[in-house]
Amino acid sequence: MTRIQEKFQELKHRKQKAFIPYITLGDPDLETTHQLVLELEKSGADIIELGVPFSDPLADGPVIQRASERALRNGFSLKKGLKMVSEVRKQTALPLVLFSYYNPLFAYGLPALAKEARASGIDGFLITDLSVEEAQVPVGLIKEMGLDAVFLAAPTSTEERIEKIARFSSGFIYAVSRTGVTGMQKSISEEVRPLVDRIRAHSTLPVAVGFGISEPGQVQQIGRVADGVVVGSAIVRSIEENLGNPHLTERVGDFTRWLKGGG
Amino acid sequence: MINLNLDQLPDAQGHFGPYGGKFVPETLMHPLEELEQAYLKAKNDPAFQAELDRLLREYSGRPTPLFFAQRFSEHLGGAKIYLKREDLNHTGAHKINNCLGQGLLAKRMGKKRVIAETGAGQHGVATATVCALLNLDCEIYMGEEDMRRQELNVFRMQLLGAKVHRVSSGSRTLKDAINEAIRDWVTNVRHTYYLLGSVLSSHPYPVMVRDFQSIIGREAREQVLAQEGRLPDLLLACVGGGSNSIGLFYSFLKDQNVAMVGVEAGGRGKALGEHAARFNGGKPGILQGTYSYVLQTEEGQIANTHSISAGLDYASVGPEHAYLHDLGRIRYTAVDDGQALEAFHLLSQLEGIIPALESAHAVAESMRLAPGLGRGRIIIINLSGRGDKDVQTVSQLVSGP
Repeated sequence: MTRIQEKFQELKHRKQKAFIPYITLGDPDLETTHQLVLELEKSGADIIELGVPFSDPLADGPVIQRASERALRNGFSLKKGLKMVSEVRKQTALPLVLFSYYNPLFAYGLPALAKEARASGIDGFLITDLSVEEAQVPVGLIKEMGLDAVFLAAPTSTEERIEKIARFSSGFIYAVSRTGVTGMQKSISEEVRPLVDRIRAHSTLPVAVGFGISEPGQVQQIGRVADGVVVGSAIVRSIEENLGNPHLTERVGDFTRWLKGGG
Repeated sequence: MINLNLDQLPDAQGHFGPYGGKFVPETLMHPLEELEQAYLKAKNDPAFQAELDRLLREYSGRPTPLFFAQRFSEHLGGAKIYLKREDLNHTGAHKINNCLGQGLLAKRMGKKRVIAETGAGQHGVATATVCALLNLDCEIYMGEEDMRRQELNVFRMQLLGAKVHRVSSGSRTLKDAINEAIRDWVTNVRHTYYLLGSVLSSHPYPVMVRDFQSIIGREAREQVLAQEGRLPDLLLACVGGGSNSIGLFYSFLKDQNVAMVGVEAGGRGKALGEHAARFNGGKPGILQGTYSYVLQTEEGQIANTHSISAGLDYASVGPEHAYLHDLGRIRYTAVDDGQALEAFHLLSQLEGIIPALESAHAVAESMRLAPGLGRGRIIIINLSGRGDKDVQTVSQLVSGP
C-alpha cells in the first residue's frame, strides 16, 4: 500500500477528512518549500501536493501562474526539486503528490523520473493535461514504481469518462469543483455533490475536491461531501503576501490552521 | 517511396503517427468530443457544405487566382513562379476560410459566444468579421506585444464589434494569447465556442482547420492543371502554426513528384529564443493540447520565440507537420528576418503585390531555390496574406529607430 492509500485508510478509521494543501515547488525558492512542507504538516496537512512550475500553466489562474514565474525566475529545476524532496522525506512521512503539466515531466524522461521520484520519496503523480486517452504508457511507468496516479474528474465529464478515469486512477480521484481555472471563489459550486456522487458510482477510491476553496466554511462544507479537500490558490496567495517576511513559513502555517478550522 | 494513406490520418484519437492527440485538462475533454461529433456531422451534411461554399464564393471572393509572377520569375532567372493569391480573400488572408467554416459550426452547435486568439491580428480580424456576419458575440485574446506591433488590426477588430483582451503574461505574444483563450474556454465552455485559428491544439482542431483550409490546394491543383497542363514541381508556404501551408500542400501529398517546402521563421539568430524554427532547434513535447515539435529548454520549459512576423512567432507547430516532417514528405527550412524583408521589397517592386511578412518568408525561399531550377519548372507559392498590416513595421525598420 502506498503512503497515500494508508493515509486515507487511517483517516477513514478516525472518521476524518484529508486536508490537502497545494504549494508550488521552489516558490519563492526550494529552501522555503522545504520549510513549508514541515510547517504544513504541523498545521494539519494530511497530504501535500507539490506543483512543478511550468512556463505555460494554462489550467491555472493568476495566483498560481505568478508562483510558477517566481520559481522559474529563481532557477527551479526538477532535479533540484527532487533533491529537496529527498531531504524533506527524512523529516516527514507525509504523503507527497507531484502535481504537474506533462511537458516538464516528458522532457525529463518519464521512465527515469518515475524511478527517481520514488527514490526521493514522492508517492504519486497528478498530470493536469494528461487525458486518460493518452495515459496508458505514463501511468504504466508510474504504477510500475509503486506510485499512485491521480486523475481529475470534472463537472463536464460524462459517465463514460468517469468510468475510464476511475479505471486509471489509484490513491484518490481529484474532483474539480467547477469549470474554470484554479483560483479562489466566494461560494462552493452546486456541481460538487452531483459530481462526487457520480464518481462514487464508478469507484471505491477516496474522492478529494479542489478548485476555488479558500475559506474554513468551504473546507467544512466539502468535508461533508467528499473524503478530502484540496486548497491551492489561497495558500499560494498567503505565500505571496508574505514574500520577504522572515516569518513567512509561520504566517502560512497560521493561515493553514485557520483554513482547517483549528486556529 | 512512402505511401501516404491519407484516409487513415489522423486516427480516432487525433494522432498523426506519434503526434497530435488530446492533452488538455479533463474539463475540456467532453467538449472536445462534442465538437468532433458536431464537426463530423456538419462535414457530411450537404446543406452545411453548400452554405460554406456560398459564403466562400460570395462573401470571401473565392476562388482566389493563381497568378503567374512573370517579372519576379524572370528576375530570378529560373523556374516559373505562380502565386496563390490568398491575400485577395476578404479580410486579406487565408484565415477567413477556416473562420467561415468554424463560425457556421458554432452557429449549428447553438453557441452564442465565440472566443479566439490572435498573433498578427489576421485571425482575430477574420473571426470578428465572421462573428459580425453570423451575429455571434466575439472576444479576442491578443498579446500586449502583438497589440503594439499590430495596432491597426486591434482597431479593425473593435470596429467589427469584437472585444479585444490584452494579454500581459509570459512573452505577451501568440502563445500567451492561446493560454488566456484556453483559460476562458475552460471556464465558459458550456456556452462558448473556441474558434482556434490554426492546425494546432487538441483533436479535432488540427484536422478540422486543415479541412477548411484545404480548399487552397484543391483550387491551386485545378488551376495549375488548367493553366500549365501539368502539376507543379515545388510548393512553398510559410509555417507558423501551419494552416496556410497544410491548406496548400494537402491536395498534393499523394503526388510524389511534387516537392514541398515549409518555411519557418529564422528570426535574428540560431540561439534558442531568437527564432521560431521548430524543426531546427525544437524537439517533441506537449504544448497547449498537442504533442508536436516544441522550442523548449532542457527542463521542458517553453522557450520564447522571435520573428519579424507575429504570425510565425510561435513555439510549436501543427502535429500533422511534425509527422510529415519525420516521414520526409515535406522539407522544412528557415528564412531569417532580413531575407523576409528583402523578399517583401522585391515582390512589391516587381509585381505590385505587397506580401504579408509571414508570406514573405515563403517568397524569400523561392529566391533561393528558383535560380537553381530549370526554366521549365513550376513553383507555387502560397501568398497567404497581404502586407498592408505590415507597412508600418517595415517603414519603421527602413527609416531606422
